[in-house]
Amino acid sequence: MREIIITELTQALHDLGRGFAHYLPRLIVMLIIAFVGWMIAYLLKVLARSILRLTKFSKLSENAGATQLLNQAALPSSTELLSRFVFWVAWVGFILLGVSVLGIVALQEYISQFFLFLPRLFVALVILFFGLLAASFFSRAALLAAVNVNFRSSRLLSISIRIIISIFALSMVFEVLGVAKETMLIAFGTAFGAIMLSLAIAFGIGGKDVAREFLEKRLVTAKKEEKEGELSPL
Amino acid sequence: MPMVGASIDDVWSVSKVYALRTLHSISTRYASSPEPGTALRTILAAADLLRAKACVVISPDSTTIEPDWLQRLVRPVYNDNFDLVSPIYRRQMFEGVLVRNLLYPMTRAIYGYRVREPYASEFAISGRLASDFLIKEPWNDERTKAGTEICLTIAAITGNYRVCQSFLGPKARPDRSASDLVAAMRRTVGPLFSSLDSNFPFWSTITGSQPVPTVGAQSEVMLEPVRVNRKRLREMFATGVVQLEPVFRSILSASTLSELQRIATLEVSEFNYPADLWAKTVFEFAASYHKSVISRDHIVQALVPLYRGKTLTLLLENRDGFEEDIEKNVESLCGDFERLKPYLLEIWADRK
Repeated sequence: MREIIITELTQALHDLGRGFAHYLPRLIVMLIIAFVGWMIAYLLKVLARSILRLTKFSKLSENAGATQLLNQAALPSSTELLSRFVFWVAWVGFILLGVSVLGIVALQEYISQFFLFLPRLFVALVILFFGLLAASFFSRAALLAAVNVNFRSSRLLSISIRIIISIFALSMVFEVLGVAKETMLIAFGTAFGAIMLSLAIAFGIGGKDVAREFLEKRLVTAKKEEKEGELSPL
Repeated sequence: MPMVGASIDDVWSVSKVYALRTLHSISTRYASSPEPGTALRTILAAADLLRAKACVVISPDSTTIEPDWLQRLVRPVYNDNFDLVSPIYRRQMFEGVLVRNLLYPMTRAIYGYRVREPYASEFAISGRLASDFLIKEPWNDERTKAGTEICLTIAAITGNYRVCQSFLGPKARPDRSASDLVAAMRRTVGPLFSSLDSNFPFWSTITGSQPVPTVGAQSEVMLEPVRVNRKRLREMFATGVVQLEPVFRSILSASTLSELQRIATLEVSEFNYPADLWAKTVFEFAASYHKSVISRDHIVQALVPLYRGKTLTLLLENRDGFEEDIEKNVESLCGDFERLKPYLLEIWADRK
């Protein structure tokens, strides 16, 4: 009995040693891949930072209103944030590549899913950035146009446009990422429909008199105001 | 003498009355109403084709034109070898406010020439300037298409062509609505700001300004009373300053913005937008336009409410004014623009 136990233990230790000896080179390969990956990711980060600085990405980000958001959240600049993102995506990619060398079958599927997810993540980020840029541009354009025609709720109009475009961009981002796709679609459809319906009701029923007054003022007194309010600039 | 007009059909019908000899014309029809730049390009191309010694352009809006205007415009080119004859008009006291408060003082301070009407609707140019302008100007550029008139004046100055002015007579009052102010800004202020980029080596070394040879009166003002809603102007200025604060924060310096915010709280009776602050504001807008801190078109539009504030100050300053006082105020404003030009150079180079 004692001999059997000793034999089994010896066998188990041998198996463990063999298994370790079998995995050790793979582990070393994984560590080498992770280390080389870190260096490549670091180089990519430096490269991305230089390209973003050369292309004056920070100005674009400022125009999009992203810089303001990041400052409020006490986060680094958009250039730094994006270059860090490049670093982490590249390094995590290399680490997962290294893990796949270990040959653990259960992890293989998750690793391939991660690599398939990367292009979608990139597209989502691009959509988010240009969405914010469009929201900022159109809200400012609306604000300027409204102020220059003396529209009373210029800021409200501008903020509404910014929110609508941002929500639209966000819903597209979630759709691309495949996160809560149906929930987002329903939420967006409901919110958008509700806003439009409430506006229509507010203007058609609640603001009937205001609308009449507004139209009368525009049509009847526009000429008088024009003569009294403006001088020929040229 | 070949003569080319802006609206060939109209000039042809008018010209027939005075024609003693055969008149030759090149006429063309546009598919739709063309941009002023496109129309002017066609006119200059026709002048170039005819190898014209002089080319006169008359605005189709000009309802006060007299036959001797053509003579006054063309003679300096034809007899005295000038390349650009810019007009001087007799204006109503409060008309042409943008020209008097921004275009003239800024062009004068930047380019060093006292051209009273940098955005001329009637003018004459020599054949060589027409050909040169036709070749050098980037005609596909949106700013050139919209503000060719001011681009032409600047091209004549920066190209060292001989520029003079000729007094014509009363300027017709265009019937403009409020929205036209933004369009007018785009046609004039946009191209003026834009010209600073390409002409930096030329204007950065210029200090002061020199008079331009002038035929006839230097300026004439009609002192007719005009009804203007001052309260509305103040309200539009104050609303603009409050509502556009986030936009102004990226264009103006903190000191200028706080000063504007203080002015926005003043009532009409005590309202005053000082000339030096106006000059500083315009220069900060020009520098921001150069750096494209936001969309360039948005920068030009953001100037509109501030211009209304300056207009109100002009109305209040000159409500009992005489012609001499108005002229003195314009001169003083030009002096401020010239004095603050080093400030423009300073903020122009500033990378922030």
